[in-house]
Amino acid sequence: MTALLTIIIVLFVAIALWQMVKIFDLAQVGASNTQVADDKDNKLNGYLMIGFLIFIYVITILSFWYLGDQPLMSNSASAHGPGLDNLMIISMVVIFIVQTITQFLLHYFAYKYRGEKGKKALFYADNNTLEFIWTIIPVIVLAGLIIYGLFTWNDIMNVNEDDDPLIVELYAQQFNWKARYGGADNVLGKANVRLIDLDRANILGVAEDDPNAQDDVIVTELHLPVGRPVLFKMRSQDVLHSAYMPHFRAQMNCVPGMVTQFGFTPTVTTADMRQNPDIIDKVQNINNLRKERQAEIEEAGQELTYEFDYLLLCNKICGKSHYNMQMKIIVETQEEYDAWMATQKTFANSLNK
Amino acid sequence: MSATAETHGHDDHDVHHHKETFVTKYIFSQDHKMIAKQYLITGTIMGVIGVLMSIMFRMQIAWPEEPNVLFEALLGKWAPEGVMDADIYLALVTIHGTIMVFFVLTAGLSGTFSNLLIPLQIGARDMASGFLNMVSYWLFFLSSVIMVISLFVEAGPAAAGWTIYPPLSALPMAQGGSGMGMTLWLVSMAIFIASSLLGSLNYIVTVINLRTKGMSMTRLPLTIWAFFITAVIGVISFPVLLSAALLLIMDRSFGTSFFLSDIFIQGEVLHYQGGSPVLFEHLFWFLGHPEVYIVILPAMGLVSEIMATNSRKPIFGYRAMIASILAIAFLSTIVWGHHMFISGMNPFLGSVFTFTTLLIAIPSAVKAFNWITTIWKGNVQMNPAMLFSIGFVSTFITGGLTGIILGDSALDINVHDTYFVVAHFHLVMGISALYGMFAGIYHWYPKMFGRMLNKNLGYIHFWITAICAYGVFFPMHFIGMAGLPRRYYTNSNFPLFDDTANANVVITIFAIVGGIVQIIYLYNFFSSMFFGKKTVQNPWRSTTLEWTAPIKHIHGNWEGAIPHVHRWPYDYSKPGHDEDFVPQDVPMKDGEEELHH
Repeated sequence: MTALLTIIIVLFVAIALWQMVKIFDLAQVGASNTQVADDKDNKLNGYLMIGFLIFIYVITILSFWYLGDQPLMSNSASAHGPGLDNLMIISMVVIFIVQTITQFLLHYFAYKYRGEKGKKALFYADNNTLEFIWTIIPVIVLAGLIIYGLFTWNDIMNVNEDDDPLIVELYAQQFNWKARYGGADNVLGKANVRLIDLDRANILGVAEDDPNAQDDVIVTELHLPVGRPVLFKMRSQDVLHSAYMPHFRAQMNCVPGMVTQFGFTPTVTTADMRQNPDIIDKVQNINNLRKERQAEIEEAGQELTYEFDYLLLCNKICGKSHYNMQMKIIVETQEEYDAWMATQKTFANSLNK
Repeated sequence: MSATAETHGHDDHDVHHHKETFVTKYIFSQDHKMIAKQYLITGTIMGVIGVLMSIMFRMQIAWPEEPNVLFEALLGKWAPEGVMDADIYLALVTIHGTIMVFFVLTAGLSGTFSNLLIPLQIGARDMASGFLNMVSYWLFFLSSVIMVISLFVEAGPAAAGWTIYPPLSALPMAQGGSGMGMTLWLVSMAIFIASSLLGSLNYIVTVINLRTKGMSMTRLPLTIWAFFITAVIGVISFPVLLSAALLLIMDRSFGTSFFLSDIFIQGEVLHYQGGSPVLFEHLFWFLGHPEVYIVILPAMGLVSEIMATNSRKPIFGYRAMIASILAIAFLSTIVWGHHMFISGMNPFLGSVFTFTTLLIAIPSAVKAFNWITTIWKGNVQMNPAMLFSIGFVSTFITGGLTGIILGDSALDINVHDTYFVVAHFHLVMGISALYGMFAGIYHWYPKMFGRMLNKNLGYIHFWITAICAYGVFFPMHFIGMAGLPRRYYTNSNFPLFDDTANANVVITIFAIVGGIVQIIYLYNFFSSMFFGKKTVQNPWRSTTLEWTAPIKHIHGNWEGAIPHVHRWPYDYSKPGHDEDFVPQDVPMKDGEEELHH
């Protein structure tokens, strides 16, 4: 019943709007009625062009003012992060310079050269020098960005196995993450989803007879020692997922049937990051916002106070609960990491007999 | 070309002898002008559905999990007590994308204006094959109907994103929408592709063979160049999507393993072995990326034409404009991998695609500068079509620039699949192409319906739409830079993103206002059809051939002989002429030069 009423109300609102537009339409009868722009229209819309230019600038400034404090451009927590952020900032500066100038030219010209009766436009069809200039300038700028970008990309993607990286498998399934460490030997046991045996609690399909697998450690909270390179091996058991770790400037899809990889070196512990002035401000701001919605948050059964943590998010549409597929990442000192690791069960001990 | 001339001579005899019934005139019409209108109206209806969906999911993002009477009314069982279900959220996002990209901005835009303008602007009596043209429209209509029907199936419509990556789209147990909903989606798209191919082949053949005497390729209006190259891209890339869809149907229904391997879901191992979802991504984006140029090139063509006409100036750099269309078309087929930097493909491929992708910025920049220079020292007539064209250039620049970030593999790692991407492509191909379409409708409405659209309603429509478009998509970049992933039903499980919640409310309000304002346009469009001011033959004082055809639509377009062409299409404000425009069918004066050569 409410549904029907709503539809009727929406329809009435639409009809009312329609009728208002119609009244506006009919009220104009008698005015110059060719429906082709005249000098009055040219003048009005010319001024509106300048107004719109100002609007674009204002919305840019407001966006920077309210939303400009973006975690993806500063305070990275991985070794390759600062280089990538630098490239991002350079690209942004280029973009905003070009944006500001071209939008100005476009709207200003529209205003300046608005039509007037009796005026004649300049017959100006071609100029090879101009065409050359605005081909060559983007070429130079882009060449710089491409070269810088490719060096950065290669640095990130070429994992040097000689650095003895910590090997960690990220295992995705609808709708949660697991991580598997290679254990004392830092070698992951072989695995395939065909070996999954839920009765024996072998949930990742690790080969039970593989000697390398016995000391593997499977966890639901990712711990990383600070300063040591980590090489992630991604697997998925069902659909595509994407392991997105924004603070570390890291992302890679998890693809069923194949193993993908991504490596980085975490450089800031969780504890240190929580002391970062920018992060303190951000957390403060979020907590103020959360207090305003206190009732709602408590009803949803969440903690009211937010504390900063690194996160692994799923960033490839994976089904109904895609929006809540996350894992906490804790970066800590080697000692803390070792202590934590010592408390974890090995794969061999975790199986049901 | 001699064959063409003969055909014309022959056609001239039977132009006036058509007796048409209601069915042959309005339904199974083979006349390109009627088919254009059919495309436009069908596209408009699909557009209303697509926009309505976006308003619904924007409301969910702004006010997550709050009861909403609109949801209760429109979503029925998918919104128990008015709270939107997470599955239907994904379905709305998916179908919104599908409808807007394919049904509105491909068929509605290219279908409408290629059909209307190709024969009229090149001086042909009709398309090369009127029959294929009719079949093309009706296949499109059929695919639209199937897509709409898919919204009502029991387990829900397709919900795997408009890119329908398997395995999510392949396995009904992975998601409700991957059952019958996805089957209908695939069937609908297969028919759509057939329709698109028939249309494209027709456009190509028509442009190559049926140009009137004097209409050399370098005298074609830029609209025709854009439609022509768009059709070529479509013919190259759409069949690949068809094959991807067929292989996916095989995997879904006949147990093959093209895209699937090693899957454990809901407690059992599936038999699939040896396939790869990455293969599907390659096939999909081999169409998917050219597709965005299929959407944007016709809009660029329309805008070039409208800008020249309304600036009363030749389009600046006609040859450079053609060259950049060709460059964009060529590059568009070798950049698809930039959607897959982090898909698990070899990082070296990522480097190659970064290089080709960023190259596209060069012809795009040339076009943008040429449009701006076209206005410079013009006598700019602020007709609604011109406003939308200026709006097009503005959003194309704003949206295009962020492509420099997304096309850079290193930077893409971090903003891939966040709202930054959503903002980028909505501005550069969504809003821009939509502006191009509106510009085209305002400009060629008199040609289509013999009446004028109300200009003041057009002004209101443009300015509010323009403000809302920036209001929606500009702040969205910043939300993306906060790392917020797209396609999340709610962000409330991530306190990390709480500081983007207010911006999301603002965006949604702009989206709702922007959506509602389109009623002004719909009113203008439908009421002007019957009550609009009657048009004169050439209301915008334009040079191209369509304005030499009579206002009343006749089969064969021109009474008597087809006009011959003596000059390029941009002789505006040419010195030595009294009027500020010289139509293409006016012979050269003694000693007059064709300046653009």
